[in-house]
Amino acid sequence: MEAPLLHLALVGTPNSGKTSLFNALTGSRQKVANYPGVTVERKEGFFVTPFGRQVSVVDLPGTYSLRGRSPDEEITRDFVLGKASGETLPDLVLCVADSTNLRLTIRLLLELKRTGRPMILVLNMFDIASRRGITVDFERLAKALGVPVVTSIAVRKGGTADLLKLTDEISAKLAVEPVENSWRALSVSELRATQREADRIIADCVSLPARPDTWTARIDAVVLHPVGGLIVLALILFVMFQAVFAWAQPAMELLKSGFDSLGELVQATLPDGLLQSFLQNGVISGVGSVIVFLPQIILIFLFILLLEDFGYMARAAFLMDRIMGGAGLHGRAFIPLLSSFACAIPGIMATRVIDNKRDRLTTILIAPLMTCSARIPVYTLIISAFIPAKDIWGFVNLQGLVMFGLYATGIVSALLVSFVIKFFMIRDFAPAPFMLELPDYKMPRLKSVAIGIFTRAKMFLYRAGTTIFSMMVLIWFLASFPQPPAGATEPAIDFSLAAMIGKALEPLLAPVGFNWQIAVALIPGMAAREVAVAALGTVYAIEGGKEAVEQIGQVLATKWSLATALSMLAWYIFAPQCASTLAVIRRETGSWAWMGVTFAYMLVLAYAASLVTYNVAVALGAG
Amino acid sequence: MTDTTDTRSHMPLGLAQRGYTGVIQHLAAKEAGSALSDVELESRLIELGFVEGARVEILHEGLVGRDPIAVRVDSTTIAVRRREAMAIIVA
Repeated sequence: MEAPLLHLALVGTPNSGKTSLFNALTGSRQKVANYPGVTVERKEGFFVTPFGRQVSVVDLPGTYSLRGRSPDEEITRDFVLGKASGETLPDLVLCVADSTNLRLTIRLLLELKRTGRPMILVLNMFDIASRRGITVDFERLAKALGVPVVTSIAVRKGGTADLLKLTDEISAKLAVEPVENSWRALSVSELRATQREADRIIADCVSLPARPDTWTARIDAVVLHPVGGLIVLALILFVMFQAVFAWAQPAMELLKSGFDSLGELVQATLPDGLLQSFLQNGVISGVGSVIVFLPQIILIFLFILLLEDFGYMARAAFLMDRIMGGAGLHGRAFIPLLSSFACAIPGIMATRVIDNKRDRLTTILIAPLMTCSARIPVYTLIISAFIPAKDIWGFVNLQGLVMFGLYATGIVSALLVSFVIKFFMIRDFAPAPFMLELPDYKMPRLKSVAIGIFTRAKMFLYRAGTTIFSMMVLIWFLASFPQPPAGATEPAIDFSLAAMIGKALEPLLAPVGFNWQIAVALIPGMAAREVAVAALGTVYAIEGGKEAVEQIGQVLATKWSLATALSMLAWYIFAPQCASTLAVIRRETGSWAWMGVTFAYMLVLAYAASLVTYNVAVALGAG
Repeated sequence: MTDTTDTRSHMPLGLAQRGYTGVIQHLAAKEAGSALSDVELESRLIELGFVEGARVEILHEGLVGRDPIAVRVDSTTIAVRRREAMAIIVA
């Protein structure tokens, strides 16, 4: 008879190496979803033990206790107690510990034991502990804790063999009679007592050398230096953005020429007509213009994941805490805001690390002002069409300078908005605490990073294939129908629905210098910012014929004034042109009102910024 | 503040300078003026390993107001703001 699926759960403190163990056990056989009703990520993976037992393993959010003071920690508690809705009570809990830092995990384990779940203590990263001279009396430790103890080296091939073997042994004789759960929330004195007991057990069973990790100390001497640390942080950010813009270019060119030749192939093989126009203008140039940004998205996530795995992100939060505190932001907001440069959606989701509700809300409201990668196509297109590529002061490229200015404006506005929120909403509160473990530095693991990037790239492509694709079809339809009457001399698009909508909106947008083509492009641009580029491409392509597609930049340069172009740039710094971001804000704040507030304040800022930019530019003679 | 390591009187960790080493005597969450309730602050400090008898050392300080501080607590390094560190009485 086939044994039933064995359910494992991974529990541990943050930084215990839980996720790398999860990746080592399951490889790419992972399923990432959300727990019902909350936005906590649910990661489940599958593997088969050496004895052939089918295993499902869930990577629970890291926690220091079962008190459940954030949605993430509540999930961990409810899951282990079997109270999470729609979840199976785990057959076996793997309590994962960083072998170099056992105190906090052993305390957690003593608390976990009260739930009555069968458990194994996994001493992860045991290789590092051995190298540092830490020795463990396993038998004594297992006896003192009352649970089996096994070591693992998640980052090494075969490093989980002992764990798998033990899992097989235990699952073969798992008790049939259930053990009663005697867990209840610990009082302060009980917490203290469990920590004391943990310390006693560690003193009894583990010999610790006096020296801490010298590498971490050496790196921190520079990286956490009050002044030097900030310089290092600035350098890292500089390299990161340089990489995203410069290194991604060749791959992007390649993708672009790939889509171009695909479009030409369609044009050459299919007869002129609606189908050809749909495939070339709607599908290939539309979706292609978005997929081109995949290399940049991969690069920015590569940096973020590397810094996270290395252990630097916590340091960045430490360095930025007081500086951001001046603008009313929490140090932990740094990571979500940094991620928002890739995309506001993961950024807003990452605000879950901020456990104070007010700080979290402020961060969510300003995250969309960070220049996300979806703005890059819009910025790049307009800058290359209107800003001359000349050097000023001998070494600074003017185009690059404008790009930098756009990023800087976004950041400064975010800080100002946060300052205003702090001033109006939250004057009478003491600042929320900043308490964060600074883990020892670790070499990032290629496999873990690769799995992380793969997941993000998949999400991006999925979006390109669904939301953006359907928007492009809609735009193509609006721009193509109704067809012009026979013998019409004006461009076909002038007769279309798109022109009607655009012209209806034109009076509203005329004060900021936008023509009806821009108005048409802004509507699907609500679905995703980068769609506006594709939409402009489609609108001008259908208007101007096929030659126009490849040189959309040149077309714009002849159709728009410099003032209009600058106004468009200003608009894109602020405009809430992303339905997915708004949807995530709605989900994360649990309120339509906050979504509305975000939409309204960004729209007002965008209109005001464009109005000022356009009129100043016109007054200076750029109209 | 000069180094008065021999007259070890009790003091809050929040007032100590970089390089300070000492042992936690007790927690006084009421004194800290944190945004958290006393019980919550004390629970969190314990969960991060700040219990009586633990050895602490201030490893790093931030730029603005020498805040926050990075504290070595036995085998862990924890970043806290000085405001919360006022609850940790050391000697």
